[in-house]
Amino acid sequence: MNKKISALSLAASLALVGGALTGCASGSAPADSSGQSVSTTAAAAAEQNMPAISVADAWVKATESDNDMSGLFGKIENSSDQERTIVKATSDSAGMVQLHTTVPTPNGGSVMKEKEGGFPVPAGGSIAFEPGANHVMLMDLKSTLKAGDIVKVTLTMDDGSTSTVEAPVKAFSGAKESYAPTGDSSTDH
Amino acid sequence: MTDDQHTADPAADAPRRGTDRRSLLRGGLLAAAGAAAGAGFGLAGGAAFSSQGGGAGGAVPDAVGASPSAAPVGSADVPGGRGSVASGSLGTATIAVSEAGRQAGVHTPPGAHAIYRAYNVKKGMGAQRIKGWLRLLSDDISRLMRGTEVLADVEPELGEAPASLTITLGLGRGLVRAVGATPPRWLAPLPAYKIDRLDARWGEADMVLQLTCDDPLTLAHADRVLQRESAPFGEVAWVQEGFRHARGARPDGTTMRNLFGQVDGTSNPVPGTPDFDQLVWRTGAGAFGQGGTSLVLRRIAMNLDTWDEVDRSARENSMGRTLKDGGPVTGGAERDEPDFEAKRGLVTVIPDFAHVRRSRTGNDAERIYRRGFNYADPGASGHDRAGLLFASFQADPMKQFHPIQARLAQMDLLNEWTVPVGSAVFWIPPAASEGGFLGEGLFT
Repeated sequence: MNKKISALSLAASLALVGGALTGCASGSAPADSSGQSVSTTAAAAAEQNMPAISVADAWVKATESDNDMSGLFGKIENSSDQERTIVKATSDSAGMVQLHTTVPTPNGGSVMKEKEGGFPVPAGGSIAFEPGANHVMLMDLKSTLKAGDIVKVTLTMDDGSTSTVEAPVKAFSGAKESYAPTGDSSTDH
Repeated sequence: MTDDQHTADPAADAPRRGTDRRSLLRGGLLAAAGAAAGAGFGLAGGAAFSSQGGGAGGAVPDAVGASPSAAPVGSADVPGGRGSVASGSLGTATIAVSEAGRQAGVHTPPGAHAIYRAYNVKKGMGAQRIKGWLRLLSDDISRLMRGTEVLADVEPELGEAPASLTITLGLGRGLVRAVGATPPRWLAPLPAYKIDRLDARWGEADMVLQLTCDDPLTLAHADRVLQRESAPFGEVAWVQEGFRHARGARPDGTTMRNLFGQVDGTSNPVPGTPDFDQLVWRTGAGAFGQGGTSLVLRRIAMNLDTWDEVDRSARENSMGRTLKDGGPVTGGAERDEPDFEAKRGLVTVIPDFAHVRRSRTGNDAERIYRRGFNYADPGASGHDRAGLLFASFQADPMKQFHPIQARLAQMDLLNEWTVPVGSAVFWIPPAASEGGFLGEGLFT
């Protein structure tokens, strides 16, 4: 299990700069072509009928069993004119959800660890959640995440607002590499 | 291809907007209307190998102006590495995903290269899993055809130049049943014809993905992405690869030649015309109605060795068309109608056994739209090392394909050098609706 965590952090990174097809946010939560929809409870956004934080191109890595871990990836967009920080993530599919980042180690590896303080998303800007980089880690899965399933993840912002993304589960073998960095604390998170 | 044909495109009047990448989606379709119809071998009666691709060269600039419906799903954001793709040329050409609710890859110009990859649903996959598969594929297909990144693709740069990529999803009766729906009677193996020497390895399957593209590397990437996506759900049943003239080697719209050297596809119905629409698209209500069609994919081995023994005039007589330009042996240019009554002495110039005569049943409704590809495996030996991936689209295979094939099986001189070794029928569902997915009609 620990190996898988570190492997995920080492997986090649994705450039998710493509279309806003998946997980495009909307207060009225219409399903898009991949079946994702997003709702938000952001008070400020509700006033404008627009979510401040949304997740585009969201996807979740499929797992072999419920003992595995998984990650949520995508492009986090902030449509408001104020910086927002993602401070928490939750999911009905996982017993434990953490915001993870990776940091390089002196020996050339990288370590995944919980991101303290969360992820700031600049006003009008976006940040990427990618394999091998920042992401939402899903642990203590309630069940095996099978390709084609939909996983809901709710992000909570520093202002208390939330945004829920429905992400398709996709087979992704990159995170199966069993690379265990030595001399680091990749198992501590 | 003429300007007239361009305007025959049903979407040609679509409102113009923007000059972003989405605009270029129109490129391929404009050229689609130039698809040539054809004679040629196989089922010539109203069948054809149509034009070479679309949206290339000069076609792209006037393609600017996408209809909003051309991009129902997905955005057409330009990937970061787009600078590596030549603009305004073959590489950037894209083809609209869902013109009038129809999947690309039927009425759109065929790419130079094709892959048909068939799957059978893995055991234990219920309707819900299959639905998930179709959703994932629909998203991938939409993105790949636009040249935008597929989710979780670690090598998206390989897909930056769509090069008129089309990906068409077809479903067999096995998948239809697996989700609890009832397949129409025509969605089944064709009747056995006496000329057939079918190999089960090219036979019926639960799903087919038809990929055509002008860039073989883009094509390989798209095929790989879809394989990765499909791995949890299906086993590969077979793969068939084909090709036509390379884009740019002949004017766009030139009718393809097959490996016998024949101009193949002259008398095809022309995409964008009422004739084409009536012959190809299904109508009516229900999952198998409006916007769908059917694909018949026959693998026809061509015996190049025995064909070598035939002299040029005999070759032309077997077809009823000249080898030089595909015009009727009774005179005229490629598109001119053959004179079936013309006589030389006491016998007709076009022999009774000629393909161009045999492939016409005399019933205008018994015609099909051919969109095939050559295949050749230079390293192979045996009878199936070269031939034709005979792909035809028609509203109803039994009412349209079958009468022609039955007539050809009875008598057609070309049977002397050709043998069908594979045969499969698929339903081509309508394009995904906005927010929907391919094959969604099966679940409602």
